[in-house]
Amino acid sequence: MIKEENLVYRRTPLMTDATLSYCPGCGHGTVHRLIMEVVEEMGIQQDTIGISPVGCAVLAYDFMDVDFSEAAHGRAPAVATGIKRLWPDKFVFTYQGDGDLAAIGTAETIHACNRGENICIFFINNGIYGMTGGQMAPTTLEGMKSSTTPYGRDAMKMGPPFKITELIAQLPGTHYVTRHAVHKAGLVRKAKKAIRKAFEIQQEKKGLAFIEFLSNCNSGWKMTPNDSNQWLEEHMYPFYPLGDIKVDGKLVKDVCKDLMQKSPVTT
Amino acid sequence: MKELALMKGNEAIAEAAILAGTDAYFGYPITPQSEVLEYLALQKPEERTGMVVLQAESELAAINMVYGAAGTGKRVMTSSSSPGISLMQEGISYIAGAELPCLIVNVVRGGPGLGTIQPSQADYFQATKGGGHGDYHLIVLAPASVQEMADFVDLAYELAFKYRNPAMILSDGLIGQMMEKVELPPQKPRTSEFDQSWVITGKRPDRERNIITSLNLDPELQYEHNLKLKEKYNRMSEDVMFESLHCDDAEFLLVAYGSSARICQKVVAVARGRGQRLGLLRPQTLFPFPTDELARLAGKVKGIMAVELSTGQMVEDVKLAVNGRVPVYHYGMPGGKVHSPDDVLEAVEENFIGG
Ligand SMILES: Cc1ncc(C[n+]2csc(CCOP(=O)(O)OP(=O)(O)O)c2C)c(N)n1
Repeated sequence: MIKEENLVYRRTPLMTDATLSYCPGCGHGTVHRLIMEVVEEMGIQQDTIGISPVGCAVLAYDFMDVDFSEAAHGRAPAVATGIKRLWPDKFVFTYQGDGDLAAIGTAETIHACNRGENICIFFINNGIYGMTGGQMAPTTLEGMKSSTTPYGRDAMKMGPPFKITELIAQLPGTHYVTRHAVHKAGLVRKAKKAIRKAFEIQQEKKGLAFIEFLSNCNSGWKMTPNDSNQWLEEHMYPFYPLGDIKVDGKLVKDVCKDLMQKSPVTT
Repeated sequence: MKELALMKGNEAIAEAAILAGTDAYFGYPITPQSEVLEYLALQKPEERTGMVVLQAESELAAINMVYGAAGTGKRVMTSSSSPGISLMQEGISYIAGAELPCLIVNVVRGGPGLGTIQPSQADYFQATKGGGHGDYHLIVLAPASVQEMADFVDLAYELAFKYRNPAMILSDGLIGQMMEKVELPPQKPRTSEFDQSWVITGKRPDRERNIITSLNLDPELQYEHNLKLKEKYNRMSEDVMFESLHCDDAEFLLVAYGSSARICQKVVAVARGRGQRLGLLRPQTLFPFPTDELARLAGKVKGIMAVELSTGQMVEDVKLAVNGRVPVYHYGMPGGKVHSPDDVLEAVEENFIGG
């Protein structure tokens, strides 16, 4: 028998028994688990409401064992606003992909951030539209191939990749803005701490907490999971650097410089 | 003593919303209904009843705030006018699919496109046939006075909760902007007790998770869901509402709702004065539509004319109800112009008397 103190891993009680619909190696499942671990550790399951997006995580409510509302594509921050305004003491979080949050839902994202809605936004940046088969996302790097940019993203035609996280960090309504990744054990631990912090900010009614998670999309990028993780570090890190952007309502980085940064051209 | 007030239709809706114990209003300004949000803001409803009032960044956001808030089981609403209601259609379809109760007010103006800010009844199709994508219907109430603007707010909530379905008050710029005497109801408390079996509150240990969604990836489930919705829409016919004016002995019948019905009331009075046996059926609910009553009257009259501020929308439902038994005509001015009683009388002469 393994002694209790030697247990290093257990099944997350607040993840349901449903089989994850994500590709093996994708970051979505890991982020789901981390959110549920934090909800469990804070003992707030009874007061937590999630909003799932349209995208690969559309069925997030099948996997996370909390009450859920499924939003239309991009509208999660507005749906969260409606819920939070009526349940100001509950914990409300949105879970969104980059197409959902930074393309079709840009207005809802920016205005929820600007109003400083007291919610958490968890944002999965995989540089692509995963659900619909790997089309270009607002976050797709220059030169990166997708099914709608088969010769690579041409910034002259499609604009450069969009750093919405650096953009919303400049709004007074955001209290905590940070970027993480979840493809390595050490990164997972850091990401979990950030999620905990985000929920605590909501508990203390300090404003909006926004966490971007870089994830591979091995099937959309057409790579093995391992190669996609390497690709993520090589190509996404330089343009989407990990770390805090805004803490306690104060910018900790020169976000204007980051926003003006030219995307490296990947192939 | 009953409280009487002189109010614009839009103000009456707003005041009635507070009095009906509305928990939240989300909206975006547009003529001719901006008074709703303005009145609410002035009234400080957060102090009067604790009601949440929020100006959204768009109608798209407003309807999705309604979607989120309606999932909490409380009384929530929005209001807009035609172009804004078009923008809301995606959200309304999701709300119907997820079977959430809420109130949507459309103070209709002329279209298509940006159209005109003058009154119109050209959103009948959109309101009664679904409007957004998929197989669904709203409950649609058509007020013809400032009094009904106020009365229909609470009624709309009652029906919305009875059927767990979005309800729409389909008004127009004429009733929204005109001032009339209105008797206001007493203050209802805001939602304190509600059916928690389906609402999102956070998962309680004593129940399964509640999930608000309109997604059924399995076609078998979507099929079942569509049939269930259809059964619900059929059941709504028990709540059909209409007003009859001289229908019993009518030889010819007008069918009109909202502001056009007000005009037709005058038409009937003048025609009766001339010895013509004209009647008026005024649907107060457009969905459910008074199909049975119209079918019954079709067996008694020689002809029917739908009078509406459009090139002819409700007339199609009239024809379906009449099913070819008597001739059905349409008369009405589109585009923000409003027909006068004389205009309608002329059409009456042409179609019924002289024809
Ligand atoms: C209004 C609307 N437009 C388009 C779609 C189709 N669609 C579904 S998911 C998706 C992209 C999702 O990509 P992203 O948000 O990046 O999430 P991911 O799947 O990569 O996790 C699109 C375009 C839709 N469902 N609704």
